[in-house]
Amino acid sequence: MKPLLEVHNLTQHYSVAVPEGWRQRKATLRAVDGISFNLAAGQTLGLVGESGCGKSTTARLVLGLMPPTQGQVLFEGHPVSAQRDAAWRGLRRRMQMVYQNPLGALDRRLPVITQVMEPLRIHAMGDQNEHLDQAQTLMASLGLPPSLWQRYPHELSGGQRQRVVLSRALILKPSLLVCDEPVSALDVSIQAQVINLLQDVQERMGVAYLFISHDLKVVRQVSDQVAVMYLGQIVEQAAPHQLYGEPLHPYSQALVWSVPSLGQRDKKPLWLLQGEPPNPLMVQSGCVFQQRCPHVQALCREQAPQLRPVGSQRLVACHLVGNDVVDTTAPAEMSA
Amino acid sequence: MTAPSQIQDSAKVSGSFRSAVWPLVRSTPLLIRLCAVWIAVVLGIALLADLLAPYSYSQLDLLARLTPPVFWGGTPAHWLGTDELGRDVLSRLIFSVRISLLVGFISTLLSATVGVMMGFAAAHFRGWVEQVVLTLVDFQASMPFMITALAVLAFFGNTLPLFIALLGFYGWERSARIARGLTIAANEHGYAAAVYDLGASPWRVYFRHILPNIASTLIVSVTLTFPEVILLESGLSFLGLGVQPPMTSLGNMVGYGREYLQTAPWILLAPSVLIVATTFSVSMLGDWLRDRLDPTLN
Amino acid sequence: MTRFFVIRFLRGLLTLFLVLSFAFVILRSTGDPAMLIMSADAPPEALEAFRKGWGLDAPLWQQYLGYFKNLLQGNFGYSMRDKSPAMDLVLARIPATLTLALPALVIKLVIGISAGVFAALHRNTWIDRLLISMSIAGYTMPSFVLGLVLVLVFAVGLGWLPSGGDATWQHAILPIITLSLGGAAVLARFTRSAMLEVMGQPYIRTASAKGLVWRRVVLDHAMPNAAIPTLTVIGFMVGSLIAGAVVVESVFSWPGVGRLLVTSVANRDLAVVQSLLLLVATTMVCANLLVDALYGWMDPRVRSGQTGQGKTA
Repeated sequence: MKPLLEVHNLTQHYSVAVPEGWRQRKATLRAVDGISFNLAAGQTLGLVGESGCGKSTTARLVLGLMPPTQGQVLFEGHPVSAQRDAAWRGLRRRMQMVYQNPLGALDRRLPVITQVMEPLRIHAMGDQNEHLDQAQTLMASLGLPPSLWQRYPHELSGGQRQRVVLSRALILKPSLLVCDEPVSALDVSIQAQVINLLQDVQERMGVAYLFISHDLKVVRQVSDQVAVMYLGQIVEQAAPHQLYGEPLHPYSQALVWSVPSLGQRDKKPLWLLQGEPPNPLMVQSGCVFQQRCPHVQALCREQAPQLRPVGSQRLVACHLVGNDVVDTTAPAEMSA
Repeated sequence: MTAPSQIQDSAKVSGSFRSAVWPLVRSTPLLIRLCAVWIAVVLGIALLADLLAPYSYSQLDLLARLTPPVFWGGTPAHWLGTDELGRDVLSRLIFSVRISLLVGFISTLLSATVGVMMGFAAAHFRGWVEQVVLTLVDFQASMPFMITALAVLAFFGNTLPLFIALLGFYGWERSARIARGLTIAANEHGYAAAVYDLGASPWRVYFRHILPNIASTLIVSVTLTFPEVILLESGLSFLGLGVQPPMTSLGNMVGYGREYLQTAPWILLAPSVLIVATTFSVSMLGDWLRDRLDPTLN
Repeated sequence: MTRFFVIRFLRGLLTLFLVLSFAFVILRSTGDPAMLIMSADAPPEALEAFRKGWGLDAPLWQQYLGYFKNLLQGNFGYSMRDKSPAMDLVLARIPATLTLALPALVIKLVIGISAGVFAALHRNTWIDRLLISMSIAGYTMPSFVLGLVLVLVFAVGLGWLPSGGDATWQHAILPIITLSLGGAAVLARFTRSAMLEVMGQPYIRTASAKGLVWRRVVLDHAMPNAAIPTLTVIGFMVGSLIAGAVVVESVFSWPGVGRLLVTSVANRDLAVVQSLLLLVATTMVCANLLVDALYGWMDPRVRSGQTGQGKTA
């Protein structure tokens, strides 16, 4: 059965002018550098990585909010274009986004129920009464009691606002919801509630999620598959228990082992990630992770590794994994 | 601070409108209240000019030329005295208020509309459209308006519609800057971007979302521009290049009364007092509004 | 930093170009100067000869090119009224206007800035409120009203000062006062807000917490920082001085550039108006460049060219 979402070789390069003395040099910012993945209906793909790795850009490309430099996004078998025409607007009914900052995404002058009803009005689906009805039902089912419906966004708590944004996104019953750091701005206890809510909605409505976060614990809970991004590329993709139990790519290892409660509790981290997060402007040939990898070889500097299947249902982009040259699970010398 | 929804709810119930407005009135300082009263008075004069004025503004009474106001030794027939052609100063004042306010309102409205449209266009299309708008804004802001206005006026003539249109170009750049700035912010990361993502058309986003959100900032800016337009109109009319006779405006009266500064100063003092009082009141109110609605603007 | 100036300079030139084109368009497109100057029932040959003499019969685009060519050669046209070179007429009047404008600028700066600082330091006291109301009164009062009232009081009423003309230095007093008060009010308001904003910043509290004498805090820390945004208003002040001069010179019959503008606009003397526009535009562009230069020099963020884009991400 065809996957709901197919992404092929998606690339987003920006041309930037870098000030250098009193002139400017042209450089290429490789925000997203040739990533591919599939998402089946009703499933969740988690996308993790540090700031600047290209997660949010990927989200925008998938939704057709900006045109890719290269590559293609196929949704329900059809290509997604970034042209904001009537077809694009119609496609919004099938795919929606949930944002990190719910207060910024809501209009401060309108009561929340009006905003939840708005997508129905935009797409002219029924009359005023039906809109009100649907909005009320949905908001109630998402844990928003009637007393909150006439309130303004700034009168609600963070968790409540996020539920409003969620209601607004779900009222059209889309098949894909892209969640860009949806719980990062919330308190931990509220995070748990919203995550449970998301899972509940997925069960009831069969929505697929592209769940983007830098928080590994949250991603683990909601995802059927997790993809790890670094500098615009996917370096590893696996089911959560595989990734967190036995990360293969050196970067995944660093990420997973840096979280004390994940992975092996008894073992200390095998090594710590050194150095600064990389500058996406200065990408060399070869593997994207070469500068911080403790196992880096000459080959890594010359040739970029492809994302290859390793074992069952896993993908890793590393020269050293799966060919027994170097055992990446063994302790490495700590580089200075 | 009561939430807006509560005010809306209470406003619906008749009779409790007063209970919503009264606290608002009571919290304003005395000076602001006086200014608001004055503005209401002036508006009333403008609207009811025909009923209030004892004479027509061009009615001559050559036997009663240059009579002083009633408190300065004149007759009750002409409370504020007469001018060199025996026309009643009070009546002329009343009609002048109407004309000056009319010119002021229409021009300000024009300026705000043009400005907001340009600001929206710049923010929406970006690219070269934005550059053109910004260059025009720069151009407008760099030349003193009086100078360009003078040049245009003399050469295109002084008909009233033209004059109003010209003044309509005063201050548009402020509304344009506000509209552009706030729209860009909304579009890039804010509520406007979210509504576009829902599939809304640009028209919907601009008129149902952006415009209501920037309205309070715009209103403050317009309230502060309005007195400046009045001053500009009076200045130009004073120089003889604005509102032309037989029509009369506040600046006009001062200009013509200037020759009689020594002999009949009331002719120019009456309109002067009105100009100063009105622009002062509107400015103070505008300032106060700004402090209430958007303290970050200061 | 150099890049910054080159851009500003080019924009200044662009503004000048736009102003001149604008002048050209409106001046040429409004009816026939020949008929205006010579009256409508002059014989057609005379009108034709006039037009030829002033180059008014060539197609519009040719006139446009010729116009700029002339300007670059220093030929600004001739006054239609008295046939002398327009720019000479204009330049001759500059000293008179400067006699009013320069002292007015100084007074504006002194009164405006000190009133603003004073009000900011005594915020929310009756002094502050009084000063605010006074400054609002100052800039809502039209200059012609202020001028006429001053004449009424000091010239007609008290007889201390003359009411018009430019014979003696006493004649300059009332015009200078009129010209400076409105601008001083605006500056006071602005300085007050700038000072208040600066004084609310954490570094001021740190400075006074360090134990510095309050006066030192104000002079060394608050004022220099408040000066930066205030600079931008000064550019605007030059513009308002010019506009103000137009009205004030008319009120006091002062033979300066402003008065010349009003009379030549009323007489439709094309070349003179054009030259005046050019002069005003050049002055404004220079003033703004100067302000930008001062701004760039005073604000260390601009000086080191930093806009937050470092070499590392």
